[in-house]
Amino acid sequence: MSHEPALPAGAIGVEAVAMTMRFGDFTALDNVTLNVVPGSFHALLGENGAGKSTLVKCIMGFYHATEGALLVDGREAIVRDPVDAQRLGLGMVYQHFTLVPSLTGAENLLISRADAPQVISWRKEMSKLHAFVESMPFKAPLDRPVSSLSAGEKQKLEILKQLYLGTRFLILDEPTSVLTPGEADEILGHVRALCEAGQISVLMITHKFREVTQFADDVSILRRGKLAGSGEVSSLSHDEMARMMVGEQVQNGGVTRAATEGETVLSLRDARAKDRSGLKSVDIAKLDVRAGEILGVAGVSGNGQTELMEMLTGQRNLTGGEIRVKGLPYHASRREAKALKVRYLPEEPLHNACAPHMSVAENLAFRQFDVNGSDRPRFWKNKREMLATAGDRISEFNVKTASVHSPIASLSGGNVQRAVLARELTGEVDLLVVANPCFGLDFAAVSAIRERILAARNGGAAVLLISEDLDEILELSDRVVVISEGQIVFETATANANTAEIGAHMAGHG
Amino acid sequence: MSDTTTASPSGASVAFAQWLPRIEAVVIPLAALLGGLLVFSVFLLVLGKSPVDFYGLIYKAGFSTPFSWQNTLSRVSPLLFAALCVALPARLGLVVIGGEGAIVLGGLAAAVLGTMLIGAPSTLGLLVMAIGAAGIGALWIGAVGWMRFKRGVNETIASLLMAYIAIALMNHFVEGPFRDPASLNKPSTAPLPDSLRVGDMPIGIEVHWGFAVGVLACVLAWVLIDRTTIGFAARIAGDNVRAAQVQGLPVGKLIIGFTALGGAFAGLAGFFEASAIHGAANGSLVAGYGYTGILVAFLARHNPLAIIPVAILLAGFEASSGLIQRRMDLPDATILVMEGIVFVVLLFSETLYGKIAVFDPKFWGGRA
Repeated sequence: MSHEPALPAGAIGVEAVAMTMRFGDFTALDNVTLNVVPGSFHALLGENGAGKSTLVKCIMGFYHATEGALLVDGREAIVRDPVDAQRLGLGMVYQHFTLVPSLTGAENLLISRADAPQVISWRKEMSKLHAFVESMPFKAPLDRPVSSLSAGEKQKLEILKQLYLGTRFLILDEPTSVLTPGEADEILGHVRALCEAGQISVLMITHKFREVTQFADDVSILRRGKLAGSGEVSSLSHDEMARMMVGEQVQNGGVTRAATEGETVLSLRDARAKDRSGLKSVDIAKLDVRAGEILGVAGVSGNGQTELMEMLTGQRNLTGGEIRVKGLPYHASRREAKALKVRYLPEEPLHNACAPHMSVAENLAFRQFDVNGSDRPRFWKNKREMLATAGDRISEFNVKTASVHSPIASLSGGNVQRAVLARELTGEVDLLVVANPCFGLDFAAVSAIRERILAARNGGAAVLLISEDLDEILELSDRVVVISEGQIVFETATANANTAEIGAHMAGHG
Repeated sequence: MSDTTTASPSGASVAFAQWLPRIEAVVIPLAALLGGLLVFSVFLLVLGKSPVDFYGLIYKAGFSTPFSWQNTLSRVSPLLFAALCVALPARLGLVVIGGEGAIVLGGLAAAVLGTMLIGAPSTLGLLVMAIGAAGIGALWIGAVGWMRFKRGVNETIASLLMAYIAIALMNHFVEGPFRDPASLNKPSTAPLPDSLRVGDMPIGIEVHWGFAVGVLACVLAWVLIDRTTIGFAARIAGDNVRAAQVQGLPVGKLIIGFTALGGAFAGLAGFFEASAIHGAANGSLVAGYGYTGILVAFLARHNPLAIIPVAILLAGFEASSGLIQRRMDLPDATILVMEGIVFVVLLFSETLYGKIAVFDPKFWGGRA
């Protein structure tokens, strides 16, 4: 088969009909119907874990939907894998670049073809590629290695690659998360023009309302795997979209909380650090947590939450400003953490708070193994005491394990989290820093863990709760702040919080 | 063990389940060793030699008579120390393979200090030489740990390349500033006086004290890792450095401390080589013990107590190379080929942990 890569033969429509996707007991996508009209620009909004990625992966054939059907160009289509999807004219640009950095743009385009020739006549191919790029409404450099291109150029090349492969229905997964606002506007403008010219239809996953109102025709909003709403962008306000995205007001009345107003325990002032990419920085101008309160830090993932946690645990050096605990400068050393009674529950506990190959008993001993009963340093490890304490914690926190000697990696996620809670919440706690404590856990584990966190608060601890789950924050917190682009952009008391307002700030639109 | 209580479905099966990982840690390396020897047999058959004769000669030359035991045990000491130089950093997840450099520099330091201490009391002189050798080894390998922690330099490559620098430094000093003018064919430092030579243990065969000190070092290293809070902290950092950081453990100090301690042991191997075997520092210090020590440590799964029997076995292999060369008309590097094949099979066997059903508690009806 040596068909020439044809220009898109016009936009096609795609419709997901009553699609449901279950992973074991977990329903990631629940009866979702979504219709992308040919030549339209359709935005897909939702929080982390709302099911957006699951939906597009079902469309692209990475997953096979448990129930429901897919209509491509009005006909029912079976997409077994991404190769099938490409044959049908479906293409996707992923959140992270999939270009080979050491190859040039032209080489990247050519190798992406399923029918790339065994022996390449570069002169012939280059003239064809140039002719193809000339016919496109925007350009990207073909002769330079991709590693030397800017993020915007790379993203253009990704989209050109899809057009080159004959994509007529294009999925964009948060295409602007790595771009500057200027680059984002330019690229979405080009994509919009392609839609208007009737060459492609687009389904774009995004968190940003601004992009929805500026570029999209229609919008569908997912929440907790269900379709929370959809319609023409022009007929929906930001407020309505935010409400659909984050849900109706959650009353935290079911939770018993002691009314306490304590002294400030944790305070950050102009605390700055480089982010993971090293290009941008996280800059917390002012953040205070008082004893007896839970401060929730809400935000879309990747806006500096991980970095904030690492700054607090001493894993990321500050480039400026300071962190104080009970008025004393704090650098997260073992001695300081012990003296000031600071405890951490990092996200993904097996990955960040446990030694996976060591036993449950050993993992439970991490905080106390080097001191004796009267908090004096000790040299000899006391295995007998370690095992006895582990037994007590296991029964007290209801950790299900075959034995205290089992490696902690053999436990279920909920039980790993219970074991870490058992370790960190025993004894007096003055400051508790928590990140996404319930991510990926089942219902029973979630409620048990939230109870423990509330109990710590009611016991007088200051709690900083960093979570990507807004419901969790609204249920547990006394106050909420929103982190966006590495900064605290909004603060409100939970009692009079307006979810639409919080959602708008999370979406970078204050 | 009496303290296996708590949260157990049935005491006996849990106690048994607890032993499964340890049985696994013995059976898999043993199987790898046998598998490697089996593959090597094929190599011998291709050469037209009898594997039965070959392994028979190893037994004869290494383990059959008091004389062969003397031949074997006199080579154990540097292997014990060199293996500790691999096993201690391994607790922190570091793969240090440059112990050879610390051995060579330790030997040089001991011999040079010895020439300055002629006339000093024997015990004091030997102590100073040993401390000097251990100190330079600690600096050399500790520097590898420091570069790893401060700058993220790969410790495996850094330590290997530094071994070549160490050998070049030793050659430089032995052929230059510290050369004994009387050493004509083989440049050496001045010979150590008898009072600064480490003697043999009073056990009837000629095995120097390095064997006893090496065994003691292994036992102490085991106590450090298994019985102290420092060893426990090192195991946490080795298994998951993020968890160690969140707990506020001093990861940098642990890395530098454990690499330096491993280097100190390798330096001691050099001290015994120079003082007990060669009586001076010269090219003979570059005997490859540092590299065989890597194989010893991996076969022992970095358990200091297991290093002792494994080192004796490998010393027996090396002791037999002369006899094999004479009797079977094979080059003495044949033993290196055998060790290399065993190492490759051993590295492959690392992928088998947790994948063999009989070592899973579920296989025996226990809960996961």
